[in-house]
Amino acid sequence: MEALQQELKEKIIKILNLEDISVEDINDNDPLFGAGLGLDSIDALELIVMLDKDYGIKLVDPKEGKAIFESVATMAKYISEKRTK
Amino acid sequence: MRKCYINGVGCISAQGTFDTVFLEDSIVNDQDNVLTIQDPVYKNYIAPAAIRRMGKGVKAGIVASALAMQEAGVENVDAIITGTGMGCMEDSEKFLKAIIDNNESFLTPTSFIQSTHNTVAAQIALGIKCNGYNFTYVHSAVSFESSLLDAMMQIESGDAATILIGGIDETVEYTMSLFKLAGYIKNESDKPFKVLPATSKGVVYGEGATFFIVADRPQSSSYAQVLAIELLNSLEVHEVEIKLNHFLAANGFQISDIDAVVLGYNGDIEYDVYYQNIAENCLANTTQVYYKHLSGEYNTASAFGLWVAAKIIRTQEIPAIIKVNRVEKESYKTILLYNQYKGKDHSFTLISTCQNTE
Repeated sequence: MEALQQELKEKIIKILNLEDISVEDINDNDPLFGAGLGLDSIDALELIVMLDKDYGIKLVDPKEGKAIFESVATMAKYISEKRTK
Repeated sequence: MRKCYINGVGCISAQGTFDTVFLEDSIVNDQDNVLTIQDPVYKNYIAPAAIRRMGKGVKAGIVASALAMQEAGVENVDAIITGTGMGCMEDSEKFLKAIIDNNESFLTPTSFIQSTHNTVAAQIALGIKCNGYNFTYVHSAVSFESSLLDAMMQIESGDAATILIGGIDETVEYTMSLFKLAGYIKNESDKPFKVLPATSKGVVYGEGATFFIVADRPQSSSYAQVLAIELLNSLEVHEVEIKLNHFLAANGFQISDIDAVVLGYNGDIEYDVYYQNIAENCLANTTQVYYKHLSGEYNTASAFGLWVAAKIIRTQEIPAIIKVNRVEKESYKTILLYNQYKGKDHSFTLISTCQNTE
């Protein structure tokens, strides 16, 4: 799980082009949206595509997204349970 | 009839044009066949959360527009009109590459959103909360001139009093490699790359973002007044002088009234004859200026040319680095600009010192 969390942090920084943020700046339970990293709805779309492309997970219910993308920890938990690749 | 004044300028180019007065630190790079912009500190102008999604053309456009608005002392405008020949190529390439790499699946929104030609005008409008007229012209080498013509008509009709106009184009690696294959860009073997005199085919390509605040009233920051502009799609070499004389006569001028001419020489031996022909004949006794050896050639390089002309009128000086001939005038009150690309998209633009009379 720890390796997956590290991998997710690296992907989030790269995909969302978070120039001034390093892996060490993102705590596992920090909120990704709003007060935490300050991500927005376009970032959410990028993360949904990333889940599909890299882990074979298709999000069919957009309402699920809020809980899944709450933090790196919640993302990692969801991915480890649902991944197909 | 309302007049059109240039009240502020902002320029991001291959030279340090954003933090200097007028080309005093400029150097001619004759070793590279693609010139890239000198980047300002973008974070001083754009919020970090927004900047991470922007291509360099968008960032440069926002900063150049901010500089023009700052100089004109305006916080908002009635209209935003831009011109771009190639649009936001960086994000277009990213999006198209993603389509190919991912077999038309997994397409992400950011590069698509940022890839459209009107991204710069839209991002500026979002940034300053301008709900006014917002238009982008994509007309090859007269894209910027089209935005200027539109702005002049908006001012003349009274639809807008203060307008932000600009020309933006960016270079990207893959497109430049295609331009090299097509022979649009000079071969490495043609080094050193000279614009004057032209000795080889093709051009040194470039990129830039140049913005102006144009308004119906002059102010202390005003550079010049835009008197007239004319666009012509296709001309033979011998027709340029005829059309130039028609253009000047239609606006009550003749060649002898022109203090300086800013010519768009780009070093392409096939097409610089368009400039050379008038430079050696009807404009032989006129001060001649060129600029694309500093900016590179791109579809909206003529906006850099207008920036040069405006600076000449403001400073009443012509830096040696842009002089074509040794003709000098006591003062530079009326300046003509002529530009074309590959014998197409010809434009004449006439500017003068501000005449604050109705």
